[in-house]
Amino acid sequence: MSGKEIDEVSGVDTTGHEWDGIKELNNPLPRWWVLTFYATIVWALAYTIAYPAWPLIHSATSGVLGYSSRGDIKNELAAAQAAKRDYVAAVEAKTVDEILADETLRQFASAAGAAAFKVNCIQCHGTGAAGSAGFPNLNDDDWLWGGKPDEIRATIAHGVRFAEDDATRTSEMPAFGTILEPAQIRQIAQYVRSLSGSEQDMSAIGDGAQLFVANCAVCHRETGKGNRELGAPDLTDAIWLYGSGEADILHQIRTPRHGVMPAWAGRLGDTTVKELAVYVYSLGGGQ
Amino acid sequence: MLDVGTTIERLDAEPVNSAKVRQPLYAPRKKIFPKRAEGRFRQFKWLVMLVTLGIYYLTPWLRWDRGAYAPDQAVLVDLANRRFYFAFIEIWPQEFWLVAGLLVMAGFGLFLVTSAVGRAWCGYTCPQTVWVDLFLVVERWIEGDRNARIKLEAAPWSAHKLALRTAKHGIWIAIAIATGGAWIFYFADAPKLLGDLVTGSAAPIAYITIAVLTATTYTFGGLMREQVCTYMCPWPRIQAAMLDESSLTVTYNDWRGEPRARHSKKATAAGQSVGDCVDCNACVAVCPMGIDIRDGQQLECITCALCIDACDGVMDKLGRERGLISYATLSDYNFNMAIATAGGEVAVDPARVRTAQGILRADLAHVGWRKVVRPRTLVYFGAWSLVGLLLLYGLLSRDRLQVNVLHDRNPQFVVLSDGAIRNGYTVKLLNKIPEPRTVVVTLHGLPGGEMTAIGIEQPADRSFAVRVEPDRLKTVKVYVAQPAADVAGSIQPFRFVVEDKSSFETDSYDASFEAPNP
Repeated sequence: MSGKEIDEVSGVDTTGHEWDGIKELNNPLPRWWVLTFYATIVWALAYTIAYPAWPLIHSATSGVLGYSSRGDIKNELAAAQAAKRDYVAAVEAKTVDEILADETLRQFASAAGAAAFKVNCIQCHGTGAAGSAGFPNLNDDDWLWGGKPDEIRATIAHGVRFAEDDATRTSEMPAFGTILEPAQIRQIAQYVRSLSGSEQDMSAIGDGAQLFVANCAVCHRETGKGNRELGAPDLTDAIWLYGSGEADILHQIRTPRHGVMPAWAGRLGDTTVKELAVYVYSLGGGQ
Repeated sequence: MLDVGTTIERLDAEPVNSAKVRQPLYAPRKKIFPKRAEGRFRQFKWLVMLVTLGIYYLTPWLRWDRGAYAPDQAVLVDLANRRFYFAFIEIWPQEFWLVAGLLVMAGFGLFLVTSAVGRAWCGYTCPQTVWVDLFLVVERWIEGDRNARIKLEAAPWSAHKLALRTAKHGIWIAIAIATGGAWIFYFADAPKLLGDLVTGSAAPIAYITIAVLTATTYTFGGLMREQVCTYMCPWPRIQAAMLDESSLTVTYNDWRGEPRARHSKKATAAGQSVGDCVDCNACVAVCPMGIDIRDGQQLECITCALCIDACDGVMDKLGRERGLISYATLSDYNFNMAIATAGGEVAVDPARVRTAQGILRADLAHVGWRKVVRPRTLVYFGAWSLVGLLLLYGLLSRDRLQVNVLHDRNPQFVVLSDGAIRNGYTVKLLNKIPEPRTVVVTLHGLPGGEMTAIGIEQPADRSFAVRVEPDRLKTVKVYVAQPAADVAGSIQPFRFVVEDKSSFETDSYDASFEAPNP
């Protein structure tokens, strides 16, 4: 570029750049724009000094303000913990019944229990706590181990058939497949189906009633209504953990399945177990 | 011609956008020093300024008794609790469509006003105009009128100039702080917030808001002024599309003004034809936008009508009829122009619009109410009124007691041990009045169905009562169970009905009850 070339029309000098005879005017940028531009440069430099920015070999500069996003999360968690400290202390001090009687505390514990449930329980019981075959539905009013608030708490705390916990809920039904004849088992199965009003083949019951009294009534009682002390389910109601079909019942008499639930008290702590109990009780089936 | 021999001083004023000068695309700002105008439009603008500023500053301090359970501020936007109070009206977030309706009305209102009387919003009530006017009052008070200000601007820096400038900017900033300060009172209890502000214990957002609005008020009102209207505001562009040949605009009536003559006596003596315009530039000097209205209608003109006042003053002094610059419609202007130019045959001849006695002809077109009331404005007015009536109907007929129901989806139903089917619902009761009340929730339909509600000690029944706090929403978890024998189909419709037994207000929600497929 040699010297200044002033554009005749606008009176502005050109940059000297030319494309096919079209020349670019060298209009200066407005001063406010240039100043803003310099200000952003200064700002950017200051920012990288104040905040973590420059990469080093193993880490990065930490910034003179000492800011970190991990620190932010820590502070937020601490603030959240502090905000609910009073509630947690109250849950810790009270029984499940007392928590349920206190409207505010019940809502707090139920929400906390719901969160713990979503993490620890839905793998077996489902997100809606409706269970599936072999895993009990917690919404209904049929409770193998008791549906009172404190009974629910004890079941969660100590688990079911969980060998490591001495206070765990335990029951074991013998496998009648090796004890009774197949024909007898079929007669019992028909009789059991008749107890809950399911369709049954009356002609196939035969000695079913007598066989039931002799073999099953010890635990399930003569009426078939079961015994919570022994963890024996009620056979007269509409709820069947392993299914109500004839094949399901036959299978359960021959080779019973026994579900296991871990004890949660050691893992989650008493407070969370209480919150879980409040949540499960609030699902509507509690007694 | 009624020339009484008064001499009119010619002001040295150059419009910022003169069409005679070829302007570069990028030009530095030409500072404007608007001269004080006097006249009926100026009087009217003082009144408008008083009313609009009065509304803005005083509204938050009005009280309205709503009882013990609601704030007593007449106009309050309670963001923390999501409530908006306007006198006897209380709006919940879900009723925000009322505000949307008001905005629609504001839109139609602007169409109506613009198509009828042009940019009246810009000229009289736009906050930018009102605050610039206020800032100009301060400027004139401290630095004097136009000539004194031009002189001061050109003068080298001295202790005197520094003192004047400091005083002016100081008062401007004080006004700006008061502007930002008044804004926040709409969002909290005004007397309490004022106390907190002074003692420094108000929320940080209050101070930030004041700071931001102080900065914008000072910058827009004091420093940028007419540039906000010319360069930043979209409204001048939009309005151009709304004006038609029957809209009132501030117009220089060159059919009686041209040819301009600075020395009309000499010109008349020389046998030349002269118009009413003495080219005194008074209209340019008073213009807050710094333009020359005699160049015709233009984007920059906010129709503040101060040039009309200035010109009328000059016409009065000269003993001529007012209205050389006036509110006129384009069609009237064209009609009169056709008379003055004999339908475009000759150049403007002022003699053609006057009678032999020298007064303006009687058949010239004038502004009248018929210009304002025409199909277009009537359509706008109709739309505006319709929206207003719909809003009024919506406001008067809205429920103050409402129920919303969410059906549990997981599980959709639960089989109980006796075979009964149970569905879960989250029932939300909305008490929209500032009084506590007891609401009775009842099941309609669903034979044999009974409810239990978590947290309400009552055996299963067809209805239950629950207390709802004033102005609050109460959420109740409700389980509805139906005996196996009564279940009729996998989906049964039924209804939750809520009633306030003391006021007999009711609301209902159509829900469905799900059961396993038979």
